[in-house]
Amino acid sequence: MNLVYINSANGLSKAALETVTYAKKLGADVAVVTNGGADASVLASLGNYGASVVLQDATLDGQDPGQLVKLVAAAAHKVGATTIIFSHDLIGKAVAPRLSVRLQAGLVAGAVALPEANGNVKVNVFSGKAFGYVKVNSATRIISLLPNSIQPETNSATCSVEAFDAQAGSSAIKVLATKKPEGAIPLPEAELVVSAGRGLKGPENWGIVEDLASALGAATACSRPVADIGWRPHHEHVGQTGVAIRPNLYIAAGISGAIQHLAGVNGSKVIVVINTDAEAPFFKAADYGIVGDAFEILPRFTEAVKKFKAAQH
Amino acid sequence: MNILVCISKAPDTTSKIAFTNGDTQFDENGVQYIVNPYDEWYALVRALELKEAQGGNVTIITVGTATDDAVIRKALAIGADDAVRIDAPATDAYFTAMQIAEFAKGKGFDLILTGKETIDYNGSQVAGMLAEALDLPFISVAAKLDVAGSTVKAEREIVGGVQEVEVNTPVVISCAKGMAEQRIPNMRGIMAARTKPLTVVAPAALEALTSYANYSMPAAKSSVKLIDPNNLDELVTLLHNEAKVI
Repeated sequence: MNLVYINSANGLSKAALETVTYAKKLGADVAVVTNGGADASVLASLGNYGASVVLQDATLDGQDPGQLVKLVAAAAHKVGATTIIFSHDLIGKAVAPRLSVRLQAGLVAGAVALPEANGNVKVNVFSGKAFGYVKVNSATRIISLLPNSIQPETNSATCSVEAFDAQAGSSAIKVLATKKPEGAIPLPEAELVVSAGRGLKGPENWGIVEDLASALGAATACSRPVADIGWRPHHEHVGQTGVAIRPNLYIAAGISGAIQHLAGVNGSKVIVVINTDAEAPFFKAADYGIVGDAFEILPRFTEAVKKFKAAQH
Repeated sequence: MNILVCISKAPDTTSKIAFTNGDTQFDENGVQYIVNPYDEWYALVRALELKEAQGGNVTIITVGTATDDAVIRKALAIGADDAVRIDAPATDAYFTAMQIAEFAKGKGFDLILTGKETIDYNGSQVAGMLAEALDLPFISVAAKLDVAGSTVKAEREIVGGVQEVEVNTPVVISCAKGMAEQRIPNMRGIMAARTKPLTVVAPAALEALTSYANYSMPAAKSSVKLIDPNNLDELVTLLHNEAKVI
C-alpha cells in the first residue's frame, strides 16, 4: 500500500492531487491520510485520482509537525505502507524528515519524477544546476514530491472516507497570528508566473506586471533587490534565498538573471525574458527573448494575450 | 542561553558543478567551500545577536572530515564561542542529523538552529530529523526569532503566507532570510578563531538510509529564440503552439 499525506485544511490543492496521482502511478493501492475538517464528499473525490481510502483526523489542526508525524506514522502502521508520499511544500518539509527518523525510512526530498527502472528517484541538486538519483536503503521509503513535477491524472477508484483518531497529543506550537493574502495563487504551486526586477524602476509601475499576470491567470513574483528595497513583499521573491519555483512558464521583465536568481527559477519549463540589455545573462537561460523596454513590451504582451484568449472562446 | 548552530559546508554559489567517476561523485576539483549561506547568515548571526543581548554560549557543530576545519574556522571568526566536529563524512541527511542528535542529547541546549536548507543538496531534512530524534518541537523555515526567558516567538513561512507562533525552549528551528543580516568577520575575529576550541568527536555507529547512486546535468538549453518587440502575437502563438504552456 502507498500512503499519501495531504493537507486538506483549505480544500484540495493541486499539490495534493499531484501526490495522489504520483502514488497511484507507483503501482499499488493508495491510501490518503489527512487532518482537519474537510467535507467527506470533498475527500472522497480523491478517488478520481486513484485513492481507495482516506483516513481523516478531523480534530488535528496541523500546526505542529510533531503531531502530524504521529498522524502519518499511525496511518502508515494501519495500512501497512511501504511508500509514503508528501508534497515537498512547507508542511512536507517539516513533517517528512521527522517521519524518516520515526520509521527509520529513507527520505527522498524533492523528487521531480517517478522512480527510474532501478528504483532510484531523481531530485534537483546544487540548486537546480544538476540532478541526483537517490537510492533508498531501508525497507520503507518516503518521497516528497516537488510541486508541479507531474500533472494530476484521473484514475477512478471507489474511495471511502474513514474517521481516524491518531491520538497525536497536544500541540507544542501555539499560533498567534496568520497572515495570508486572500485570493493570491501561492507561488510554488503556480503554473504561470510573471516576474519583474529593478528594471521596472519603482513599485508604482507594477500595474503593467499585474495586468499581464491577470490576463494569463498567473502569479506575480520579483527579484531579490526588489523585495529588499520593499517594492514588493518578501514572499514574492524568487531565487536562491527566496522561493524556488518550477512553473510551466516563467516570464521575467527587467531582471538581468544573476546566478542566484537563476537558481530559483531554472526548473521552469519555459522561460521568457524581456530586457533592454541584449547582453543580459538571463537570455542564455531563456527559451524566448525580447530585447526591448518592459514599459512598452508588457502592455503589448497583455493585449496579445487578451486577443488570443478572446479568440479561443 | 545555550545555542547550538548546525553548519554545513557548501560549494560557493559560483562554483562550476561537475561530476566524476562515471557521474557518481561531485567533482571537488577547484571548488571553493563556504559555510552554507542559510546556516551562516541567518542561523549563526541570529544566535550571536541573541547571545549578545541576553548572554550565553554559541556552539557550532558540523559532521565532516578534517578538511572541513577551514569552514569551521570561518564560522568561528564570525563570532561563535566554540565548535564541534563529528569526525565522519556526512553521508546523508539522516546520518548527519543522528550524529548531531547523539552529541546534543542531554547537553541542555535551549535552541538548536540550522539553515532552511543547504545550497548543494537542498533537502531541508536535517532540522526536522534532529527534532524527531531529540523529541523536540520544530519550527520550520522561520524568518524571525525572538526569545524571552523560555518563551520563543517566531515567524514561520506557511503555504501562501506567514504565521507568528510561540513555543517553549528547547526547540529546533530552521532559519531563512529575514532573521538576520550577513556579518563580515573582522581581523580580530579571524585571529581569535584560530585559538577557539574545536572539539573533534568520534562518530556514533550509524548507517545512512539513502545514497546518491549517480548524477546528471540538465540538457543544454537550445539558444534563445528572439521575438520582434513589435510582434507579441507571434510570442503568444509560440507559447501556445510550440511551448504548449498557455
